[in-house]
Amino acid sequence: MNYQSAIEVSGLVVDRGRRRVLDGIDCSIPAGSVTGLLGPSGSGKTTLIRAIVGVQIVKAGTVTVLGKPAGSAPLRRTVGYVTQAPSVYADLSVRENARYFASLYGLGAADAERAIADVGLTSAARQLVGNLSGGQRSRASLACALVASPEVLVLDEPTVGQDPVLRDDLWAQFHDLSGRGVTFLVSSHVMDEAGRCDRLLLIRDGELIADDTPAGVRAAAGTDDLEAAFLRLIREREEKVAA
Amino acid sequence: MSVGITLSTSGRIVRQLRHDRRTVALLIVVPALLLAVLYYMYEDAPGAFDRIALTMLGIFPFVIMFLVTSIAMLRERTTGTLERLLTTPLGKVDLLFGYGIAFSVAAAVQGAVATGVAYWLLGLDTAGSAGLVLLIAVVDAVLGVALGLLCSAFARTEFQAVQFLPVVVVPQILLCGLFVPREAMSGWLQAIADVLPLTYAVDALLEVGKSAEATATMWRDVIIVAGAAVLALVLAAATLRRRTP
Ligand SMILES: Nc1ncnc2c1ncn2[C@@H]1O[C@H](COP(=O)(O)OP(=O)(O)OP(=O)(O)O)[C@@H](O)[C@H]1O
Ligand SMILES: [Mg+2]
Repeated sequence: MNYQSAIEVSGLVVDRGRRRVLDGIDCSIPAGSVTGLLGPSGSGKTTLIRAIVGVQIVKAGTVTVLGKPAGSAPLRRTVGYVTQAPSVYADLSVRENARYFASLYGLGAADAERAIADVGLTSAARQLVGNLSGGQRSRASLACALVASPEVLVLDEPTVGQDPVLRDDLWAQFHDLSGRGVTFLVSSHVMDEAGRCDRLLLIRDGELIADDTPAGVRAAAGTDDLEAAFLRLIREREEKVAA
Repeated sequence: MSVGITLSTSGRIVRQLRHDRRTVALLIVVPALLLAVLYYMYEDAPGAFDRIALTMLGIFPFVIMFLVTSIAMLRERTTGTLERLLTTPLGKVDLLFGYGIAFSVAAAVQGAVATGVAYWLLGLDTAGSAGLVLLIAVVDAVLGVALGLLCSAFARTEFQAVQFLPVVVVPQILLCGLFVPREAMSGWLQAIADVLPLTYAVDALLEVGKSAEATATMWRDVIIVAGAAVLALVLAAATLRRRTP
């Protein structure tokens, strides 16, 4: 089946605690693309991601993934999720973690080894996750999502703590997979990564302030530097709100 | 529910335990050591040791598995692995039964060591067989696991989880017939004891102490304890939410 958009969000409102964290988000994420989700700390990136994988209680609005309501049973086989803090078992080895997550999808040891190799952890496969470096640990967490070969991968800051070479490898892999039809939603703090996305969502205080290609964002802000473009868009927004 | 996922989840939990050698050592050695302490406490009153040691063989696995499980499940929640698991094909029941099975295996090892020490080193004497004592100890451990899973749903921190021990476990120990035989308690205390599952585990153990053959009362007690464990697991599944605030 071919979906024009893999993820559809409409009128999404989320309250956390007493705060309104997402305030009417509308966006659609094209299938087979790499979409970057950017925004300042606390702007609601993780919350939007949680709504898309169906673990966030939402106040209003709908989230549809591959034509089905977010979080519904069939999607649990096809949507991979990597949480912001690495969610792997610290008291298991990388290999044991990958094999366990593989088993949840009825997959075996070969798939686990492939996923470990994909994130460059083969030489650390026997090591306990608790003894890995921060960057290795988040790659172990990524491996546990790649293992199921999902159609949609939702990654919350997967490249934090990685060196430039590894980051480059990971992004190349994301594009390689997206070329084969996998849809990516990747949140990030790092602006130089924004340029590697097919599309960008810029979120600020729970509102979407840009949903465009990197070129489109640059043109709208009238600057070639994405970081400067974001700052300009955010400032313009603040002036509009203040006025 | 999927049998494959349940079993691989239990396998994963057992593997986690195996990497934690110190916990394994504590799990296995501590009950046996405590039984030895009891043995010397009651050196001059051999009948009392038989009754108390027998009761303790049911209480140890219950308390220890309750604690270990509530902490393990809470860790699953706070490290984000639970949130992630709930976005995979794993069913809530798979996870909870996975815990139940893994810790029953641990309890069986622990119970076998404690029972072996009690009978062969400390001279515990019961009319019924040690095998039945072990069976009851394991069922009791499963009850501890199930209540631990249920309680961990109401705790946000390790401190809170540990506080469920005095709330959920201690009253059951006080009223189960260890300190005062149930018949000697006042009516309202007996009524409370009658709805606490540990009471039935202890009752079953005392039956094994008294009768050479397994009695109908013993089987009834075992079934009640197992039923309470399944009920707690089902309630734990019902309180486990995929979506959180
Ligand atoms: N469990 C919670 N209860 C109440 N408020 C929360 C909770 N989790 C997050 N928030 C609030 O919701 C807002 C958005 O948080 P979110 O985690 O989505 O931000 P983020 O964009 O992912 O930030 P970061 O880049 O730092 O990860 C923040 O103001 C945060 O304080
Ligand atoms: Mg975040």
